Amino acid sequence: MFYVLARATLETAYMVSASLILGTAAGLPLGVVLATSGPGEVFEASWFQRIVGTIVNATRSVPFIILAVAIIPLTRLIVGTSIGNTAAIVPLTLSAIPFIARIVEGAVREVDGGLAEAAQAMGATRLQLVLKVLLPEALPGIIHGLTLTAVALIGYSTMVGAVGGGGLGDLGIRYGYQRFRPDVMVAVVIGLIVMVQAVQYVGDALARKADKRNI
Amino acid sequence: MIRLIDIHKTYSARRGGPRYVALRGVSLNIAEGEVLGVIGRSGAGKSTLLRCINLLEIPTLGSVSIDGRDVTTLPKRALPALRRRFGMVFQHFNLLSSRTVYDNIALPLELAGASKAEIAAAIDPLLPLVGLEDKRRCYPAELSGGQKQRVGIARALVNRPDILLCDEVTSALDPETTRNILALLRDINRRFNLTMAVITHEMAVVRTLCDRVAVMDGGVIVEDGAVEMVFRRPRHATTRSLLCDAFPDLPASGGSRETIGATGCEGEAEAAETDVLKTVWVAASPNTCRLAAAGKR
Repeated sequence: MFYVLARATLETAYMVSASLILGTAAGLPLGVVLATSGPGEVFEASWFQRIVGTIVNATRSVPFIILAVAIIPLTRLIVGTSIGNTAAIVPLTLSAIPFIARIVEGAVREVDGGLAEAAQAMGATRLQLVLKVLLPEALPGIIHGLTLTAVALIGYSTMVGAVGGGGLGDLGIRYGYQRFRPDVMVAVVIGLIVMVQAVQYVGDALARKADKRNI
Repeated sequence: MIRLIDIHKTYSARRGGPRYVALRGVSLNIAEGEVLGVIGRSGAGKSTLLRCINLLEIPTLGSVSIDGRDVTTLPKRALPALRRRFGMVFQHFNLLSSRTVYDNIALPLELAGASKAEIAAAIDPLLPLVGLEDKRRCYPAELSGGQKQRVGIARALVNRPDILLCDEVTSALDPETTRNILALLRDINRRFNLTMAVITHEMAVVRTLCDRVAVMDGGVIVEDGAVEMVFRRPRHATTRSLLCDAFPDLPASGGSRETIGATGCEGEAEAAETDVLKTVWVAASPNTCRLAAAGKR
């Protein structure tokens, strides 16, 4: 039992970290665009903001279990198969992207508008404004948000058993529930709790390190 | 060196809201090495005017020329380079909380693509000038308001601007810190012969820092001249009321105070010596006027 538990934990860690990284790669720029493309803002493109905003909301309204099943053709196209841990990364990433985009948008909007003005007065280009001012200043908020995303992804990852993925959730359903093994179920729950605690601890520590606003 | 000609700025209506006219035809010259003060109440358009100088705001009408060259027609991508010729200091400092004092001051040079060595060469003499040698590794959260503003000033000076734009730089500071910051700016102006445009609503700032003052009200300049002349003989009602406000311990009774300041004390104000503060006092206060008149009799 120890072996299957350790294996399932690693599988969950693999799926969550991969989809967190991929989701950030796509969600971060999207969030910056959402935060800076409103009327009168530096990358003014209200139509783009509205379209992206609508897609983000649409994706977020689909429950994860439905999303995972609904995009099976897309998963097969990208990974080659729709079964397994790697295949499960596709729906996980897809649900992480809008989540992260909204979080980054919020964190960037929190940055004092005076800083953007100061940067422009210093002769910053729009790209420099984002890279040198907005993102560094929003970093503590972004780290907090990514921690939140990681915890949500751990939750989502327990459902990927439905599309042939593994991990702690799958172990809990197949061994704990279907084979009447309460000991496995308890172990799975404890494993998930430990994992979430660890993620939260690391996230908080990183955010505190990045935050220079209260010293 | 800077010439503003008939600047208008209108903010377009957004979703049914009213159009907002901030500037209605402002013309202004700023000579090299001069400290120009622009004073007015909130909403008078002075901040917009300041932002039109470095084209943070693009005037709706009118032109801005620097050294005889019209810059209002420059394409958008040329604006960052143009703005590097200006240094700007803000009321709320606008420092990056994620950067140390040193890195905050370095930012304008980083944006311009300077090397680490160039940045160090530019900052090292600046830190003692603004009195922050021992704070270079501190974060803004560890500094007092006055120290933050010193960082703001150093940051504005680091790329050797031709003009320093100051936007209510002392309005968030206590009186003593205000004096120190004004003394620092005056020192910088004298030392480098640096041209400055200073926006404020405090007469004290104009008195201690500026050579010339323009008084704004309702998006236009209502009075403009050498500080001493404007203080001694304010011609416009707005100027007189701003002068009265410089001394809040006086009885506040609007109209009559203004009239007395304008007419009754004129002779007295003229007779007073060149101490500008004293002149204002006499010109502004009905009590003093009465006392002065009584004393004379």
